[in-house]
Amino acid sequence: MLIKKPEDIPSYEITPESQFINRRQFVKSVGIVSAGMFSPLASGYTVPEVNEPLTPENIVTGYNNFYEFGTEKMDPSEHAHRLTTAPWQVKVSGEAEMTGEFDLEDVIKGLTVEERIYRFRCVEAWSMVVPWMGIPLKDILARFKPNSNARYVEFTTLYRPSEMPGQKALFSSIDWPYVEGLRIDEAMHPLTIIAVGVYGRKLPNQNGSPWRLIVPWKYGFKGIKSIVSIRFTRRQPVNTWKLIAPSEYGFYANVNPAVDHPRWSQASERRLPSTLFSPNRRPTLPFNGYAEQVASLYDGMDLARQY
Amino acid sequence: MFIGLSGPLGWLVVAVIGEIDEPGSRLGADPGEAVVLFLGIGAIRILLLTLCLSTLRRLFGAPRLIRFRRMVGLFAFTYVLLHFLSYLALLAEFDWKIIQEDLVKRTYITVGFTALLALVPLAVTSTNNWRRRLGSNWQRLHRLVYAIAGLGLLHYFWLTKDGYGEGLLYLVLFVLLMMERLFSAKKSIKLKRHAS
Repeated sequence: MLIKKPEDIPSYEITPESQFINRRQFVKSVGIVSAGMFSPLASGYTVPEVNEPLTPENIVTGYNNFYEFGTEKMDPSEHAHRLTTAPWQVKVSGEAEMTGEFDLEDVIKGLTVEERIYRFRCVEAWSMVVPWMGIPLKDILARFKPNSNARYVEFTTLYRPSEMPGQKALFSSIDWPYVEGLRIDEAMHPLTIIAVGVYGRKLPNQNGSPWRLIVPWKYGFKGIKSIVSIRFTRRQPVNTWKLIAPSEYGFYANVNPAVDHPRWSQASERRLPSTLFSPNRRPTLPFNGYAEQVASLYDGMDLARQY
Repeated sequence: MFIGLSGPLGWLVVAVIGEIDEPGSRLGADPGEAVVLFLGIGAIRILLLTLCLSTLRRLFGAPRLIRFRRMVGLFAFTYVLLHFLSYLALLAEFDWKIIQEDLVKRTYITVGFTALLALVPLAVTSTNNWRRRLGSNWQRLHRLVYAIAGLGLLHYFWLTKDGYGEGLLYLVLFVLLMMERLFSAKKSIKLKRHAS
C-alpha cells in the first residue's frame, strides 16, 4: 500500500529538508525568474506574527479537504498527482478592463512571492499553522484593472473529471465546479493572498496547485483551490457550500467562536497534529486571531446573522 | 464470525498502541476523530449484519445461522458503547459542559445517544435466563433493534457533509431487510389463518 515505485516518488520528497529555505530554488520552480525579490516585508505590510509551532509539512500536505479528489482526508494526497497543472490558464471576466484568457505565468510574472505564516482554521473545528508562499491577491487583481462596479470577486476551481475523480462521484450534493467569492474590500485586504507554494516549495496538487486563495481570518473552505476563473461582479456570488447548506455555511464564513455550526461547536479547535491522549484543543479566536487587522471590515454588521 | 468481528477491534488496539509509541503513525493527524468514526461505522455495519442473519435464515433455510445472532448483537452493542466512550474521552475530553451541549443542541448526537440507550435493555436481556423470563415479550422487546438501526443510519447521514454513497448502500440494505420482514410476517399470519 505504502510502497512506492521509485518513479512515483516526486522529486520534492527526495529533496533534503535543508533546501526548504532555499528560496531561489523555489522561485525557479514556480517560474518566476527574477530572484532576490524575496523579503517578508516586500509589500510594506507588517504581517501579524504567529508565535505557535508550525504544523508539520507531511500533515499540511497529507490531511486535506479537496472534494474534487474524494471526501476522505487522505484522498487528495493519494489522487491529486494525476492533475496536470502546466500550462495553466485563467479566465478573467466581468467588471474589469483587462478581461480574457491569461497564462498563469504571465499573470504572476514580476510579482513578489512572500512567506506568510498563517493560522488555518477549518470549519470542521481542526486547525493548522502553515507557512504559505504567496502573493497578495490585491497585486494580482490590480493587473486586471477592476472598475467601480466590481463589488465582489468570484473564483472558480477547475472542472476536469478525467483527472479529478471526486467530480465523478455518484452520490455527491456538490454542483461542480466549486465556486467561492469575496467582497472586493476583503479581496484587496493585504492579508489575503494567493498561495503558490507551501513550506518553501511549489504548492503540491493536493493543496490546490498551481494557485489557491488563502484568507486567514475565514474558514478554510473559502480558500478555493486550483483556480481557473476570476470574475468581478456587482452581486454577491453564490459560493458552493452556501448553496448546499445555507443554514450551515454562509458567504462570509469569518472564523467566529460565538457562532456555532449547527452540528458542532466552533468555540474551540483541535490544532493538528492532535494526538490521542492530548488532543491539543485550544480556544478559537475571533477572526482566527486577526481581529485587529480585519474586524473593521465588518463594522455595523450582525455577524451572528451574516455568518 | 467471532474473529471477523473482533479483528477490527484488535487492529484498533494495535493502532492505538502505535499512536502512543509514535503519534500520527497509524491514525493520521486527527486520531481522536479517526477512532470515533472507525467504531461508529463498525457499529452500523454490525447492526445491519444482525438484521441480515434472520433474513438469511428465512430465505435460505439455514437455521444454524441464528446461533450467531446473540453474539453479533452483543458485538454491535460493544462497538456502539466504545464509539460513545471514545467520543467522551477523545473528542469531548470529559468536558461535561461540551457533552451536555452536544446532547441537547446537536440533534444528530441526541439521535445517536438515544440509539445507544435503547440498545442497553437488549444487551441486558440477551441471556437465556432473561429470554425464558420474558417469554413472548422478549421477541417484542427485541424488535426495538429495527428502530435502533434506523436511528443509527439517521445519525450517520446527519453528520455526513458529502459523499453519500456508503450511507445510501447501508440504507438500501436496511430497507430491503425491513421489507423482507414485512413480507414474512404477512406470510406467517396467512399460514396461521389456514391452520386455524
